[in-house]
Amino acid sequence: MPRQEPWLRSMVDFYATMMRTQLLMQFQYRAATYMYTLGMVAEPTIYLVVWSSIARSHGGTVNGLTPQAFAAYYIVWTLVRTMNIVFTPYGWEERIREGQLSAGLLRPLHPIHFDLAMFAGQKLVWILMYLPIAVGLSLVFHPALHPGTVQILVFLVAIWGAYLIRSMNLWILGMVSIWTTRASAIFQTYVLTELLLSGRLVPLTLMPHWAQTLAAWLPFKWTFYFPIEVLVGHMSNLSLVGGLGMQLLWTAIGASVVAGAWRLSVRHYSAVGN
Amino acid sequence: MRAFGLAWVYLRLGVLNELQYRANFFIAAFQSLLSVALGLVVLALVYSHTTTLNGWTESELLVIVGVQILLGGVIHSTIQPNMQRLVDEVRDGKLDLLLTKPEDAQALVSLREVQIWQAVDVISGAAVVVVGAARIAHGVGVVGAIAFVALLGFGALLLYCFWLILATGSFWVVNMGYLAELFEGIYQTGRWPIGIYPGWLRYSMTYLVPIGFAVTVPAQVLTGRLHWPTVVVALCFGAALTGLTRVFWRVGLRRYSGASA
Repeated sequence: MPRQEPWLRSMVDFYATMMRTQLLMQFQYRAATYMYTLGMVAEPTIYLVVWSSIARSHGGTVNGLTPQAFAAYYIVWTLVRTMNIVFTPYGWEERIREGQLSAGLLRPLHPIHFDLAMFAGQKLVWILMYLPIAVGLSLVFHPALHPGTVQILVFLVAIWGAYLIRSMNLWILGMVSIWTTRASAIFQTYVLTELLLSGRLVPLTLMPHWAQTLAAWLPFKWTFYFPIEVLVGHMSNLSLVGGLGMQLLWTAIGASVVAGAWRLSVRHYSAVGN
Repeated sequence: MRAFGLAWVYLRLGVLNELQYRANFFIAAFQSLLSVALGLVVLALVYSHTTTLNGWTESELLVIVGVQILLGGVIHSTIQPNMQRLVDEVRDGKLDLLLTKPEDAQALVSLREVQIWQAVDVISGAAVVVVGAARIAHGVGVVGAIAFVALLGFGALLLYCFWLILATGSFWVVNMGYLAELFEGIYQTGRWPIGIYPGWLRYSMTYLVPIGFAVTVPAQVLTGRLHWPTVVVALCFGAALTGLTRVFWRVGLRRYSGASA
């Protein structure tokens, strides 16, 4: 296979360059990034306060979860949420309205690589900026967080798995914009479903049983609940590896749908812009 | 009083503009339905694990959720579009044109945009308030209803001041692209009674970010837990905040040097 190595090398090169550029750019707008982060931290803080308050009024636990367990869950949540920020369908709408997609089509590389590399580069800055926030939240809410080495290693892989799954899902949703200008309604339905069935709103164990069963058959929990539980829960090594396997499976499913839908959508796409 | 005339003109303009895009009404209505549905699901979930939250029953909390959605509609239809445009124009240097007009600049930047479809949330929020209030045993008298509406208007004024202070920051920090996300995040805290937050957070949410006064106080009228001293404090605070916003806006404006050609 003579083409294999140059292709791989150029891909690695592409990702490294894109990520480095994005990292430097993101660093310049620290104030904006912190503003975004501050707005984002409100969400888990609210959930944390509500559920801690319920736990305290019921003798200290809800379904076996203490305020400290909730604190651990929602502090890790914040990092996972950061990893879950990807190119949204709103971005897609703009991209199509302003004809940016046309330029993307001229390049030899599938446009998803640009999005993946771009957001991956930004993540590195976000993770760095998350650390002081995590310290601050920990001082206030005293999380019960004692992960082992294996858990930390699996977590570091799982957050990128979550990133890939959500990237694929939102790319599929984004491509809807090529067919209709009303994609935002579909996106908001998606976000609502995700909120309830991913563990973003509450740890899934607090949901009714039928909802937990439903969640097991959908990709959402692998982007929120699983990575968080890896760090805060007591999962066996087998279920840790099994979880990573599920993430791989959902990434593969997402990638195949992206590939297929992209082929169809590009044929349908008519250029706007110059 | 000229501001009212101005507001009326811009409102008519906004309505005419948006009537061109009638399909957007259905999108807005759908989104409003989703946010009400989410509010109800979250309440059902919380109250499946407890009977009261910090002394609030499910019906009482429904009133808060309704007020938060209702005021959210006011923000998204009138306040936020104006503030967003202000921030964008400061960045792009387009504010110059507005400043050359003879009308008061603060009134102009605050009244230019009206997005009527977003006001669907006012209706759906009001419906949630009515359902919540109807389920609470003691009735709400005429005085209570009038006080509720007055305090809602007052809450909208406080939220406007807060938004304008944030947006005025763009005279110093140019890249304020995420301001809406920041406000949205903070505004979500209003969906719960302010009493559940720990002390430091409660105080900052009352005085630093006036969510407590804007959302919880009107809801307290309908749930019969309002103490009149609270209203006095709220009114004094509102007057002070309005004055402070005005001063801050003036200081910010003096810094603006225009970036356009």
